[in-house]
Amino acid sequence: MGAVFALLIALGLVIFVYIGAGVIGFKALFAVVFPYAAFFIFLGGIIYRIIEWAKVPVPFRIVTTCGQQKSLKWVKRSRLESPFNNFEVALRMALEVLAFRSLFRNLRAELKGPNLLYGSSKWLWLGAIAFHYCFLIILIRHLRFFTYPVPEFLGIIEQVDGFLHVGIPHFYITDGVILAALSYLLLRRLADAKLRYISLASDFLPLFLIFGLVLSGILMRNFFKVDIVQVKEFTMGLVHFSPKVPDVGVIFYIHLTFLCALMAYFPFSKLVHMAGVFFSPTRNLANNSRAKRHEPAPWWQKPKFKTYCEWQEEFKEVLEQSGQPIDEDCYKKEAK
Amino acid sequence: MAKMPKPDELLKSIDWTPPEKDWMDDVPPEIKPGRFCYPAKKNILEEIGFPNPREWSPLDDDWKLPSNSREIIVEGIIDRLKKYRSFKLFMDICVRCGACADKCHYFLGSGDPKNMPVLRAELLRSVIKGELTWQGKFFGKLAGARKLNEDIIKEWFYYFYQCSECRRCSVFCPYGIDTCEVTMMGRELLHLVGCNINWILEPVRNCFKIGNHLGLQPHTVKENIEFLCWDIEEVTGLKMEVPFNKKGAEVLFVTPSGDYFADPGIYTMMGYIMLFNYLDIDWTMSTYASEGGNFGLFTSHEAMAKINAKIYHEAERLGVKFIIGGECGHMWRVKHQYMDTATGPAPKNLETPRSPITGTVFEHAKSTKMIHICEFTADLIAHGKLDLDPSRNDKYVVTYHDSCNPSRGMGFFEEPRFILKNVCNNFYDMPENTIREKTFCCGSGSGLNTDEFMDMRMRGGLPRANAVKYVHEKHGVNMLACICAIDRAALSTLMDYWVPEVQVCGVHELVANALVFPHEKKGERKRELNLRQEPLKPEGEENA
Amino acid sequence: MHDAGKVIPGIIIFVVFVTLPFWWNVGKAVPKVEVELPKEYTSCVEDKSFMIREHMKLLDNWRNEVVRNGYGVYVNSKGQTFHMKFQEGCMKCHSSKERFCDRCHNFVAVKPYCWNCHISPEEKKGWATKKSNVETFSKQPASHH
Repeated sequence: MGAVFALLIALGLVIFVYIGAGVIGFKALFAVVFPYAAFFIFLGGIIYRIIEWAKVPVPFRIVTTCGQQKSLKWVKRSRLESPFNNFEVALRMALEVLAFRSLFRNLRAELKGPNLLYGSSKWLWLGAIAFHYCFLIILIRHLRFFTYPVPEFLGIIEQVDGFLHVGIPHFYITDGVILAALSYLLLRRLADAKLRYISLASDFLPLFLIFGLVLSGILMRNFFKVDIVQVKEFTMGLVHFSPKVPDVGVIFYIHLTFLCALMAYFPFSKLVHMAGVFFSPTRNLANNSRAKRHEPAPWWQKPKFKTYCEWQEEFKEVLEQSGQPIDEDCYKKEAK
Repeated sequence: MAKMPKPDELLKSIDWTPPEKDWMDDVPPEIKPGRFCYPAKKNILEEIGFPNPREWSPLDDDWKLPSNSREIIVEGIIDRLKKYRSFKLFMDICVRCGACADKCHYFLGSGDPKNMPVLRAELLRSVIKGELTWQGKFFGKLAGARKLNEDIIKEWFYYFYQCSECRRCSVFCPYGIDTCEVTMMGRELLHLVGCNINWILEPVRNCFKIGNHLGLQPHTVKENIEFLCWDIEEVTGLKMEVPFNKKGAEVLFVTPSGDYFADPGIYTMMGYIMLFNYLDIDWTMSTYASEGGNFGLFTSHEAMAKINAKIYHEAERLGVKFIIGGECGHMWRVKHQYMDTATGPAPKNLETPRSPITGTVFEHAKSTKMIHICEFTADLIAHGKLDLDPSRNDKYVVTYHDSCNPSRGMGFFEEPRFILKNVCNNFYDMPENTIREKTFCCGSGSGLNTDEFMDMRMRGGLPRANAVKYVHEKHGVNMLACICAIDRAALSTLMDYWVPEVQVCGVHELVANALVFPHEKKGERKRELNLRQEPLKPEGEENA
Repeated sequence: MHDAGKVIPGIIIFVVFVTLPFWWNVGKAVPKVEVELPKEYTSCVEDKSFMIREHMKLLDNWRNEVVRNGYGVYVNSKGQTFHMKFQEGCMKCHSSKERFCDRCHNFVAVKPYCWNCHISPEEKKGWATKKSNVETFSKQPASHH
């Protein structure tokens, strides 16, 4: 049901743009108002979320250690999985953010007869990493619409990405891979009973929005072509705060509106994991809490507990009977 | 206590396919016998000043919750979202990728989909969305949001006490989301309306009032330890000394009280006593701070700190130089990650731990001033300070269970293995994906090691037991060593059920078996028995 | 705010990265593109908006037809016929690569490989003045792939 709802939203978006920009021709709304609004919601929203997290203290050092701690000198420790200082933490985080280290550990449990087996299962990691890196490259590639002259490295990325020379203009490898990765990420949610059970509409919506974004992009580049010069004049206008509404096909507006929807949705959805992963206290702290004192959170109050002297008073008789020493200091203090 | 099915029947009953019905509508949960713990008794709650003390049962329709439960809990959520970044963040960033789904031992053993870590967190997350966010208020179920009601409180009670806070899921989560934090918060919230379990809160009460989980009074602690000393004398012919509450000693030793009198923990306790006597170091135990373990950790951060604070208090009073902690799982999570921050700084009389035998300075504990007994012993062995005869453990083929908390809350993997390899000749690790940071819970952690919870304990322990069975069949393993007092009790039950050929021991039981005392070295008295007072060699073989 | 020492630099990096397109262009004028259209002709083989969007596809088809199928006549949407010729066809009217093709291509950073083989009118002029080159130039391009 969640999937259907999300799909309907994505399709509704297409119809909305088709009518709004195509039929009614209210292009300024889609070309100027939405992009600026979405961009500032994205930027402001993410900063807001970050500050909201940062306002909350991390009271305890709850590192999840995935490797040997630093203890005796001759015990080989794991700097990446159980970092002892901030430099090692930075390395651990880099591995987590850039290589999805934890996802790479993934196992699949199977119950075969009386035996529980755990096999390596890297598909999710592969799908996730393919998706994220393709998205990044595609974003970077789009910088050609926001720069003039276009920097050399963008040309190189484009050449490499299009090096298969399929179709005119060349079909990008990243476009194909991201479609495959998205399909995988979507299908696993639908095909695996466990995932279907846990998936919400808000898990499908980002997938459909990105699907729409990618598909409309590919269609625009390779099938329903638009006047790319006008498009660039428009994008350059956007970054100079003097956008000129382009007179191009509705496919462009569909592409743009998917992007706006995604940007505006980003800070208020699970997509904030992009920023949130940096805040994860099980990963971004050093496992050195016995070596270095970490001050408690401002709200923390040391507990009141039954002191030795109070306890001794209560158990004095049995302490004496069983020959355990009585601490006379307790009475001295009282006398003072 | 519910009747347990036979192991093969239980295995056949496991089905990981989730039901058709949407999980959000599947409330209240069907409370199954053997899968819930008895609620905390009225007088216990009264004594520790917890809200809503009353007589009730999870099987009742009416849980006698306060009429404003919803307000109380929502307020509690808001409060905690401001205090714990972990909680706020983990509620925000889960993408439900499902990597954690089949990592939970309770899910693997029960197939109950709400035991998938992602869903366990979602039980709370959905309420936060429904009560506190505009998306949730506007889109409701479509945004995965629910309004809090009594049925959901029942669901929380059922499932937050089916999580052992083992943190295995957090190893696999791409964002490090730690269900332990979620469960801790869930339990704290449940306390606000008086839904909690006796197996945790009675020990907490005992700890607050008397000094240890079991409620052993000071004379009883001493008597128990003296019994153990007599047993050691039978085995070694030596009189052991255990100083209590000794001012000016160099080392304060704390360990879970379960090891004072429960089999097989007592053998580990004997191991400590023998080691300290062998080394002739200046040590003391305390009958006041007579608990190393900390069921407060399973209750609330405040209760945890309240129990732990006694240790520093006692270390200060006795004027010791540093503290050694015995083998215990969750205790070491507290000592390693919470103690200093929550109850420190360490009293001024404490110094950076320095082994009086080898001179090794334990720099990694220079702030907390507390080291693990295995760190201490591993250092001794590495310096050749222990005369060991590993052949005394030859009747054991040993494997090692990494306890959850030292593994994923400390990174404690090599020290105990180093010791084991030096004190016994036959050591085999379990399969890679079931040990170290990927280790499985005993099925009874976080205060769930109670008899009425047996069905879930045996199910949750299945992944661990299955890996033991593997090395038992492959290498003939018959002894499961561990460094946790809950394990020693819980794994014994688990092995009896799944792999009855395997026994359970602490690492220091094996150390003490192998330890050659000077008079034994000189040949004045030969060790014939192990600490369990069984012949050292397998039956039929002569003691050489 | 806690951990301000890490959070604030983090936010700055994020903002800088996301607003890159804006500050990249600070102080630069909005670029303008003007192509020089042939003065003596008013229509191309197809209408203007089609040519703007689809010329690359059309030229690609022409190349395939000529080189692979040996077929050389294009019938447009109005039924008119044209020889499929690039240097002798397209570039006859659009007599400057630099002032026609390159203006747009450079603007949107497109690098068509027409010129790997073909020779632009500008280049041709330079070549034709050298006698020794005349022979070489009259040959067909070698590598239509």
